[in-house]
Amino acid sequence: MFDAILVANRGEIAARIIRSAREMGLRTVAVYTTADAKALHVALADEAVWIGEGPVGDSYLDAEKILGAAREPGVGAIHPGYGFLSENADFARAVEAAGLVFIGPEPDAIRAMGNKAEAKRLMQAAGVPCVQGYEGADQSDAALTQAAEEIGFPLMVKAAAGGGGRGMRLVMQADAVPQALALARSEAKGAFGSDELILEKAIVEPRHVEFQVFADTHGNIIHLGERDCSVQRRHQKVVEEAPCPVMTPDLRAAMGAAAVEAARAVHYRGAGTVEFLLDGSGAFYFLEMNTRLQVEHPVTEMVTGLDLVALQIAVAQGEALPLTQEDVALNGHAIEVRLYAEDPASGYLPVTGPVDLWQPAVGPGVRVDAGVVEGQEVSPFYDPMLAKIIAQGPTRAAARRRLVRAVEETVLLGTATNAAFLADVLGQPAFVAGEVTTGLLDQVYPQGFPASDPAPRDIALAVAVLMQHDRDAALARAGYVSPDQLGWSSAPLLSRGLSLSAGERRIDASVSAARAGWQVWVGEERFDVTLEGQNRSLRARINGQTVDAVAHVAGDKVQLAVGAERLTFHRLHAGAQEEAAASGGRVTAPMPGLVLAVEAAPGASVAKGDTLAVLEAMKMQHQITAAVSGTVREVHVAAGQQLASGDVMIEIDER
Amino acid sequence: MGFVSQVIRDSETYARNRADMLALAEELRGLEARPVALSEQRRERMEAREQITPRDRLARLLDPGMPFLQLHSLAGYMVDSDDPEASVPGASVIIGIGFVSGVRCVVVVDDSGIKAGAMTQMTMAAFLSAQEMALRQNLPFVHLVESAGANLMEYKVELWANGGKLFRNLARLSAAGLPNLAILHGPSTAGGAYMPGLADYVVGVKKNGMAALAGAALVHAATGEKADDRDLGGSEIHASVSGLVEYLAEDDAHGVEMARDVIARLDWNKSLPPRRERSYAEPRLDVDEIAGLVPTDYRIPYDVREVVARIVDGSEFEDFKPRYGVSTVCLQAAINGIAVGIIGNNGPIDPAGATKAAQFIQLCGQADTPLIFLNNTTGYMVGTQYEQAGMIKHGAKMIQAVTSVDVPRITLYIGASFGAGNYGMSGFAYEPDFLFAWPNATTGVMGGEQAAGTMEMVARAGAKRKGEEVDEALLAKQSAAIAAHFDRQAGAFHTSGRCLDHGVIDPRDTRLVLGFCLETCLEGRARKVKPGSYGVARF
Repeated sequence: MFDAILVANRGEIAARIIRSAREMGLRTVAVYTTADAKALHVALADEAVWIGEGPVGDSYLDAEKILGAAREPGVGAIHPGYGFLSENADFARAVEAAGLVFIGPEPDAIRAMGNKAEAKRLMQAAGVPCVQGYEGADQSDAALTQAAEEIGFPLMVKAAAGGGGRGMRLVMQADAVPQALALARSEAKGAFGSDELILEKAIVEPRHVEFQVFADTHGNIIHLGERDCSVQRRHQKVVEEAPCPVMTPDLRAAMGAAAVEAARAVHYRGAGTVEFLLDGSGAFYFLEMNTRLQVEHPVTEMVTGLDLVALQIAVAQGEALPLTQEDVALNGHAIEVRLYAEDPASGYLPVTGPVDLWQPAVGPGVRVDAGVVEGQEVSPFYDPMLAKIIAQGPTRAAARRRLVRAVEETVLLGTATNAAFLADVLGQPAFVAGEVTTGLLDQVYPQGFPASDPAPRDIALAVAVLMQHDRDAALARAGYVSPDQLGWSSAPLLSRGLSLSAGERRIDASVSAARAGWQVWVGEERFDVTLEGQNRSLRARINGQTVDAVAHVAGDKVQLAVGAERLTFHRLHAGAQEEAAASGGRVTAPMPGLVLAVEAAPGASVAKGDTLAVLEAMKMQHQITAAVSGTVREVHVAAGQQLASGDVMIEIDER
Repeated sequence: MGFVSQVIRDSETYARNRADMLALAEELRGLEARPVALSEQRRERMEAREQITPRDRLARLLDPGMPFLQLHSLAGYMVDSDDPEASVPGASVIIGIGFVSGVRCVVVVDDSGIKAGAMTQMTMAAFLSAQEMALRQNLPFVHLVESAGANLMEYKVELWANGGKLFRNLARLSAAGLPNLAILHGPSTAGGAYMPGLADYVVGVKKNGMAALAGAALVHAATGEKADDRDLGGSEIHASVSGLVEYLAEDDAHGVEMARDVIARLDWNKSLPPRRERSYAEPRLDVDEIAGLVPTDYRIPYDVREVVARIVDGSEFEDFKPRYGVSTVCLQAAINGIAVGIIGNNGPIDPAGATKAAQFIQLCGQADTPLIFLNNTTGYMVGTQYEQAGMIKHGAKMIQAVTSVDVPRITLYIGASFGAGNYGMSGFAYEPDFLFAWPNATTGVMGGEQAAGTMEMVARAGAKRKGEEVDEALLAKQSAAIAAHFDRQAGAFHTSGRCLDHGVIDPRDTRLVLGFCLETCLEGRARKVKPGSYGVARF
């Protein structure tokens, strides 16, 4: 039995665990880095222990430091959350060796499921259906290539130790195998410390359906129904829901039984997730088992009414599960989306920046799990997921509608997010109809999610917000002015020009202050805008139409949330316009990241599109390619170097 | 107990009054639109020079959405031309009190879209008035310069002789501790060169900004030197060689931004005592109804309290001596929470009215309460009874009180303002802090009808003395001509054209205008400035 828990994680999941622990009357100790000093989990925990500067290797992934922090008086257990050390068998073992409870399965179960090859062998032995593949010990290129040809294409190359999409590549034809092997190996080595690979026949356009299982130390194993996580990009889940739209009671019984068998085969304890691929015929295949709490656990919580973290802690305290399989009832439908600090229009590149404004949606059936506080920086060190937005309703349609609204009303300004992308996905006819496979996003957005130009109406709103901000600033500085004088002029309407930029685009508008509000011209279009309320809850009337928005103005930057759109404008100053340095020969880092490889050498001749370097950011490897053909003049970076966004990497003399 | 209005909104009178007043307000807006449209015609040419229009400069200079009170918008009306349809008011200058980076300033913008911003006599009258305003209300002075200088086609020696006051006033402003700033958007030559010369701060715009005692043409005529305008006085050489320009701007918009920054850095309100928190209610009665309750013909009487009830806080006031000198109305009220004394007229001022008003003015002086004069009087009462009752000495007391009282005075011509009544009611010559007219206002020594009648009596008496027959036709023609001569000069648009007030306002804006003026006066009086014996010199 323990009275205090060390939460060995950060972000929303740390905050989530602390919440349940506190509700159970347990004390919580957080760990944090300098980069996370202002983070939410630090504020929520009873105590917080500093474990490093920023990089995960020296902090959240450093088992010694975590164990050191756990020496705080009274700490009897460690909850690892997800990611980081949550599926590290050695760490789990070290925790137990230190006399603490690891809130998760036995180290052996972690190890068994952590290796895809071993897991698959175990599952086959336990009679759980598996995808045809290769999980042999011979890891030579020759063996793997031969196995690939036997299995046929398309084919998945995966890191045996992997998870979460890392070290995973889809190979369409034989000649792409060598490169895929090389890249998957390096990614696997970097991410998991092991470059062992497995191969699997790719199931074409399957659904990703996973079962939540729970086991106690008294021999009870149940499942809590399934989640459908088919909406994915690059094998990263984007939307998760429970139940699966095409699930039938019979199929649920069959898959649930398989999931329970899978858990039983490794003598499982606590919360786990058994992932399956479900094809169009209703056949399902074991994919992997995640021996931890999943990111998407809230959808299960919302349809079952259970607190999975509380259950984890209860099981870790040695208690028996408080319910049997028959007690598990699924109530309505729940859907979750993940809000990321990323730019969907630039290939979903992670972005960093400040959190200027954070306003989660509230209301019945809406839940937002976040690890965000205003004033913090989204740093390049950690996963760019900012929050999860979850909605529940009696039907899938009701839950979906609620979620769209919750996505619109959950506003984060400061750094770019994927909010508009999420709302767009939720509105896709295929998603509305529940006809979703893992291929959905590639079909709907073959060129990626397009960047949209701000609508003239939203430009007019931005202009009005900026002018009102200027006005209020002037009023605050002014002497004796009664507020009811505002907007009044005895002179004929005076109109001024105003230039803004939105991304690369320059916008010229003109604006007049009128008694009733602002008269804004964008091109030939006139908008009469009045603003009510504060920036956090702004109601605009634009040409008679009501528009609810959230705005944030700082200096010359005005950010708007209108519907699911998140718009950023900058006021352009006269006389201070610099020619944009639009040299295609300067290759800069498109995001913060670690240089994995540099393929260009000084003096080398490169053609447009050639790979110059590989940058790892967040979980992804990004090819840095030449925008122009020419000769490499200088290389400023080397493998292993951490770069900030915009750092010059390579210079090419254009041919 | 509140004031009970007798105005009937759905009466025929109300509808007629309103139609008449709104037509006049419309005429006012029409006149004000003329210089805007004329100046706008030069937009393309200015843009070709990479300039922005004078009104765009002004709009960028001012804080958006903060109040702006234009002054002398009709200056020059019927002075530049005798044709009421062709005359363009404004005297090629835009003047007002507005906010720059939160600082209340007097702002003067040369309207270079009209006759290249060349100066006429009325331009100067309005300009001098703006400078006096800055001096009196302790306001910084900002001038956006682009002027061809004096209009040589309309040269008058007085223009040059009086013109020196423009520069003298800049020196006075500087010495009074009131910063003055000029932006050189375009040329400022000859005498005009002293505009930047005497400004405390000069922002010069590259390429177009220029200041020289003589432009290339005059230099060539005077000395034979073939000079270049940019070398003579471009902003660039002034910023780097002559030292006339403090801040060099890339273009017009940048210059305006720099000026805003300079003003912001004055931290002008740092020593302004914070304003006492006051709450106040808007008038219970709608200010908009003024247009319907006031007859545009001053001969039709109405109760001035109906107007006051629509412009003061909560429509509430205290009537001072309502049963004594009844046609002179003295009220204690508040506007935007500022206590004010209001003097209005329900007819001519009689001896009792004059003494009541004189006493009221002195009481306001004692309590430091600003005064508002709502002029609607045909003057001091005449006739044996009134002369014997001491009308002259009582009227004189009122004039003396108005002259001497040291509280802010704001005068509105809301109907008639004739003869010495105008003096007692703080008219133009008594230099009120602010003086505005409604478009229906009529001012002068007397009404045209009375003037014609008087002259007719004189003519008849003269004919009788000489024993001549009166030529009735000739007399009628003469009377009509006299009436027309008086009435033409009496109208608000005409007097405003001659800068005999600060401008004409829409009666429905009355509360806003009064609120703005009162706040300007109070702020100016509360402000601590650092006067010196000399202005700041540029070395």
